[in-house]
Amino acid sequence: MPGKAPVKKYITANEAVAHAARLARVEVIAAYPITPQTSIVEKLASFIASGEMDADFIKVESEHSALTACMGARMAGVRAFTSTSSQGLEYMHEMLAYSSGGRYPLVMANVCRSVALPWSIWGDQQDAIQQRDTGWIQLFTETAQEALDMVLQAYRIAEDHRILLPVMICLDGFIQSHTEELVEIPDQESVDAFLPPYDPVVTLDVDDPHSISVGGFGKHYAAWRKEQQEAAERAKEVIVEVGDEFARIFGRHYGGLIEAYRIEGAQAVLLTMGALVGTAREVVDEMRAEGKAVGLIKVRAFRPFPAEELRQALSQVKAAAVLDRDCSYGYEGALATDLKAALYGLANPPAVLGFIGGLGGADVPPERMRYMLERALSVKKGAPSSAEFIDL
Amino acid sequence: MKLRNVSKEELYRCSYGCAGCASVLAVRLTLKVLGRNSVFVVPANCISTVSCYYPQAPFFVPMTVMAFAATGAALCGISAGFKRRGREDIHVVGFSGDGGTADIGIQSLSGAIDSGYKFIYICYDNEAYMNTGIQRSGLTPYGATTSTTPSPCFENRPKKDMMRIVAAHDIPYAATACTSYPLDYMQKVEKASKVNGPTYIHVLAPCPTGWGFPPERTIEIGRMAVESGMWQLMEFEGGEFRITHTPRRRRPVAEYFEAQARFRHLRLEEIEAIQREIDASR
Repeated sequence: MPGKAPVKKYITANEAVAHAARLARVEVIAAYPITPQTSIVEKLASFIASGEMDADFIKVESEHSALTACMGARMAGVRAFTSTSSQGLEYMHEMLAYSSGGRYPLVMANVCRSVALPWSIWGDQQDAIQQRDTGWIQLFTETAQEALDMVLQAYRIAEDHRILLPVMICLDGFIQSHTEELVEIPDQESVDAFLPPYDPVVTLDVDDPHSISVGGFGKHYAAWRKEQQEAAERAKEVIVEVGDEFARIFGRHYGGLIEAYRIEGAQAVLLTMGALVGTAREVVDEMRAEGKAVGLIKVRAFRPFPAEELRQALSQVKAAAVLDRDCSYGYEGALATDLKAALYGLANPPAVLGFIGGLGGADVPPERMRYMLERALSVKKGAPSSAEFIDL
Repeated sequence: MKLRNVSKEELYRCSYGCAGCASVLAVRLTLKVLGRNSVFVVPANCISTVSCYYPQAPFFVPMTVMAFAATGAALCGISAGFKRRGREDIHVVGFSGDGGTADIGIQSLSGAIDSGYKFIYICYDNEAYMNTGIQRSGLTPYGATTSTTPSPCFENRPKKDMMRIVAAHDIPYAATACTSYPLDYMQKVEKASKVNGPTYIHVLAPCPTGWGFPPERTIEIGRMAVESGMWQLMEFEGGEFRITHTPRRRRPVAEYFEAQARFRHLRLEEIEAIQREIDASR
């Protein structure tokens, strides 16, 4: 490991994300306040004020403008950062699709929060899940450390010339954003070795003028969209590759698109995303100690979706319990749906039980996770499943 | 600036603009002043529609198409990026229509002026959503018919006063102009380009298709707008408004109205009321 010894500090995931943006040598920040994201940009503003960071902080009047301004900075050839939550992410919706279609390598932290109505400032993942089809790479994190590390990795993934897609790093509101954990803050030299300066493919260059982000009819439009899809598929390899390289430099590895935890010989496996994985790990350990054949899959990449990895991991499993902190109203949780689609055609697929919980900041205690795994253990192979609300 | 010194170089050509389009003319005139050291942000509007479908590329300077509501924010981001790269010499130009400025883009424009970054925001005003088929905007004048204010339900609200709106932001420089007065317009663009901060130019661009007049009368109609007092050429600088052109003869507004299909339904007493209002505001 090059450079001096890294600093360890008790900080929230929000502060960890701010450190990551600083260490990524972001030059333009544009953000608008919203709970529970705000402390990220407050911290960045304080880094700039104290001289620890050399960047322009654009005081925008909305999230729509925040994301647009970041895109503008990229057009000028400069690395940018923004973060948001909930209503703010929804307000950005138009620009989310706009920036991915324009192939802008933006990086944004979304501190996951429920969406109104009913009003709630508390955590679930409905905001991020609702942006599933906007073309962003969506990576979910479990801890403050992972949030920091993934923001750094996000710049590598987004700016990779094979990818050129925006990346959303998701962290759970309050569980991560407002909880202090011991975090290793990498030193600048190591980060510089991992993350080279931004090397844009095209900018608004007066010496080499191009019309960029233009329109296309029929076949051109379809051809660009196919390229975008191919890049999103290619991101599966690049996410793994970047994660491996990060591990070589920093010694922390998170397992690629999914992390399979104690699934060897498991009859029932719980799948979820984000901070609740922490609780699920403990429940799996306890149940394993009782001799129950259960395991856990932490889904880290929601888009691109790790269909092949999940098919392989679950090919010998009897039942999968999926905990979604979101709901596609009129159907079920989004992860449950995507998992079922991924398993389609498998010779002997596991039953999939969909659970919806942790909505609006509701606690999902270990006994609820145990309940889901027990249900999965006792389910008949191939039995139909439904969206069961577990908070009530 | 003298007319004989105006650049002969055309940095915007071969668009699909309608015959007699003053908005296309406004782009050309702008680029004659700013030259190659400028970048354009063009949101959803007539200009992006007639310029920006691959493989067509009429802009000979870098340009990007932008989302309808986002021009101001894009200007900030680009300007901040150029500042970071030590390229504050590059003119960052927004070229937005009346709806994109006074309606859906007004929040972003307000935020952008408030941010203090250096840019030139040009509102080319053809007084309705022309590229989608002539729907009314916040800048459609009182009395005009459009496809969403068809006769006899003509537009019943006055044109939003964008100059007072941007002036209320304490903007360093703002101006109105009209494509029929090219020298006046180009001088204002030049002035804006020398300001180290946000600037706003609102250029009236008569639209033969939407206003209902023959394409060869575009320049004449613009002159009639100014001579009748329906449009004024002015500047806002140092906290003061200043008229930059006073017509030698005042033309009755009825002549301006008669020359266009969109005002044909107006009755004599309605025209007289508008005339009285113009006279009172002088």
